[in-house]
Amino acid sequence: MIKYTTKILSFLTPLIALSTAVLICSFILNLIDQDPVETFKSMWEYGITGKSLVSILNRSVPLYISAVAVAVGFKMGLFNIGVEGQYLLGALLAAAFGSYMSLPPVLHVLLILVMASVSAGLWAAIAGYLKVKKGIHEVISTIMLNYIGTGTVAYLLAQVFFEKDEGDSLKVPQTNYLPESAMIPPLNKMLGIEDLPDLHGFLIGAIFIGVFYYWLIWKTSLGFDLRATGSNPVAAKFSGADPGRLIILAMVISGSIAGFVGMSGLTGYYHRYTIDFPSGLGFAGIGVALLGRNHPIGMALGAILISFLERSSQILDLKDVPKEIERIMQGIIILTVVVGYEIVRRFVLTQQIKEASKEVLDE
Amino acid sequence: MGPRNFPFQMSIALKIKNISKSFPGVLANDNIDINIPEATIHAIVGENGAGKSTLMKIIYGMIQPDSGTIEVFNKEQKFNSPKEAINSGIGMVHQHFMLADNLTVLENVVLGLENASLKPINKKKYNDEIESISKKYGMPLDSKITIDDLGVGEKQRVEIIKVLYRGAKILILDEPTAVLVPQEVNELFENLRSLKKEGVTIIFISHKLDEVLEIADGVSVMRGGKHVGTVESSNVSKPDLAEMMIGKSLPKPPKRDTSASKSICLEVKGLNGEVLDSKAPFSDINFKVKKGEILGIAGVEGNGQRELTEAILGVYPIESGQISLNNKDINDLETRTRRSLGVSYIPEDRQSQGLVMDSSLIENAMLGRQTKERYRTKFYNINYKNSKSFSEEIINNYDVRTPGSATLALALSGGNQQKFVVGRELNDEPNLLIASQPTRGIDIGAQALIWEKLRDARDSGLGVLLISADLEELLGLSDRLLVIYEGKIVKELLPKEATPEVLGAYMTGLEQ
Repeated sequence: MIKYTTKILSFLTPLIALSTAVLICSFILNLIDQDPVETFKSMWEYGITGKSLVSILNRSVPLYISAVAVAVGFKMGLFNIGVEGQYLLGALLAAAFGSYMSLPPVLHVLLILVMASVSAGLWAAIAGYLKVKKGIHEVISTIMLNYIGTGTVAYLLAQVFFEKDEGDSLKVPQTNYLPESAMIPPLNKMLGIEDLPDLHGFLIGAIFIGVFYYWLIWKTSLGFDLRATGSNPVAAKFSGADPGRLIILAMVISGSIAGFVGMSGLTGYYHRYTIDFPSGLGFAGIGVALLGRNHPIGMALGAILISFLERSSQILDLKDVPKEIERIMQGIIILTVVVGYEIVRRFVLTQQIKEASKEVLDE
Repeated sequence: MGPRNFPFQMSIALKIKNISKSFPGVLANDNIDINIPEATIHAIVGENGAGKSTLMKIIYGMIQPDSGTIEVFNKEQKFNSPKEAINSGIGMVHQHFMLADNLTVLENVVLGLENASLKPINKKKYNDEIESISKKYGMPLDSKITIDDLGVGEKQRVEIIKVLYRGAKILILDEPTAVLVPQEVNELFENLRSLKKEGVTIIFISHKLDEVLEIADGVSVMRGGKHVGTVESSNVSKPDLAEMMIGKSLPKPPKRDTSASKSICLEVKGLNGEVLDSKAPFSDINFKVKKGEILGIAGVEGNGQRELTEAILGVYPIESGQISLNNKDINDLETRTRRSLGVSYIPEDRQSQGLVMDSSLIENAMLGRQTKERYRTKFYNINYKNSKSFSEEIINNYDVRTPGSATLALALSGGNQQKFVVGRELNDEPNLLIASQPTRGIDIGAQALIWEKLRDARDSGLGVLLISADLEELLGLSDRLLVIYEGKIVKELLPKEATPEVLGAYMTGLEQ
């Protein structure tokens, strides 16, 4: 009985939460004298065009990977706010060194990915080490490491990896282009959608990362230790889990996954690191992790939803609706979903306690 | 707050009448009746779990009794919150200080007195008032110092002044000496005596009998939720008190002949724990547990037994000494490795140490054995199928009342949680079981089942190290007994020669 209600509820909750969010947004649209039905309709119509769908998937990939990186930390009660610095540092180093090397195609791509992942993982390890050895809270250290990381990236980009061109002194700092062997081809040919814009190939990488995350957290004893430590560190310690080692490991794994956040853009579109390389994805991932409740599929849906909003809101400019409404919607959706799940969690809990106490009385 | 300079006047400050309070599965206070005369120091003693703190929480309005009343200065009161208790002149100093470390003494004393507003705090007025209180009661204190810069004894003084400043005429001190070094204890006692002289009634909660006899006028003893009796400290000896506190009723779990074999299961040699708060929690511990034997460790709680069990499990660090399991040195092994060698552990607190409360019983069945072969598969590292069948085995064999194995641990009652933990630790072919307070706070039915299972396990050749505050349990289950006092093994006894009087004497350090 409980099982079914729980399953139905976990389906219904996001839908109810989304409807609530739409209602609240309609109210806000009304306040600024816009027709909500018209607005949502035009957003929907624009959002489901083929072009938009490709763009949405392309946006979702880094967002999803960032959410997974955050979720690894969440699962053991660690708040890795440093995904931002970790992925930017990883992306720059991978772009810079990747452009100097010449290797056979697949190997070149793999090397770039490994370089990004390892450097981001090591960067995150600093926060883990500081927490275990010096007792510094990971929120503080990862925020600081973000500043240091982005500062370092700016310095390396402008002073070390940027080859100034005599002829063109107005050129912005950027690394050299990656050779073709380091690019991941788009998936369009494979899917038979050659008339649409490029669907970045790293989408497959994101799926791998999602599967890996699921396997790691729910199917391995390391994942068991992480989860147990996350919800009861003392019991986990008595069960033989070594908290210090787990903290460092979790940070390294989280950071290594964060390293892939920039890879979709680097190997599929930009092919180099420039000062306008997409930033802010590390922070956006926190919202997506919350939205998807650290679940591999939930986070995928969350990432697609956020990307859909971002893409479809572009039409609003043409309709004279302020685009900022999209930001408001994002915030409201995250809030309603989080609140909705908390209500469900409490409901299920009371149901369980009721059933269990019935069991005692029956005998 | 006029001074009441009549130490001999025996008017009653606090009358506790027929107070009862039960929690799911435990009767914490059973019809308690105590009168506390005004301007005296009255001690309430009892072992952990005897119901002292429940009673104090009721008096202080933190919880409400199921039945019974409280009279303060002959006026019946019903407190719904500590605030109401404070208004009636009752103040409490908690064992763990409730001070803001980065504020000054003055700021801490006045904290919460004023509603938050933009009005500046009248420091001069408060300062004068605090000074006059500290002078009156002979407790010197500089109100401008930050709490961070104070020693433990001084912090406690701040707590006392804080309570007095709110007009307390009845002062409850919860284990006030637990955190103090001997000199500070003396100072505290000086302060308490001068408070008494000024007419303050003091309720002093403790389980240290020496201190109680030194400072208290009257002593009320609690055991198992009941008020055993109240005596005047001048008319009572320490052994008498110890007996009242520990009880001398006959052991309940019927004895069975020992089945101990010759081979050693656990051996501990010259074990010294790492220093914690300037003191090693246990030192120079030597003992052997044979296969098929239950070795009981008796001791008043807080004498190092918890740290000792944690050291055997590899959680608490040791300074020196040797621990061997089945004649194999396990000193340098991690907790996980010790676990996989078959060290089972029933922790004293199932909820915080033995279970992941918001996980299912299936996952909890794996806790402590997640790296074992039977929970692994070739590709998937964790074998949920085996864990599920193991959890169902526990549920059936140990009569765990639950709708199913997918139920979250927190949905179960305390007794069922404990049965599940005991089942998990026993039903997995352990080589050694460390059982810490295995039946604390659970109903009689669950207790009987756990006793039975422990004895069955012993009969089938398991070595068990049993730590318990329940003497009936210890005397009834153990084949041999060790008494631990202040971190040292002071006596080895056979259960048949161990009367509660003898045990009590060793447990309270009366005899060494």
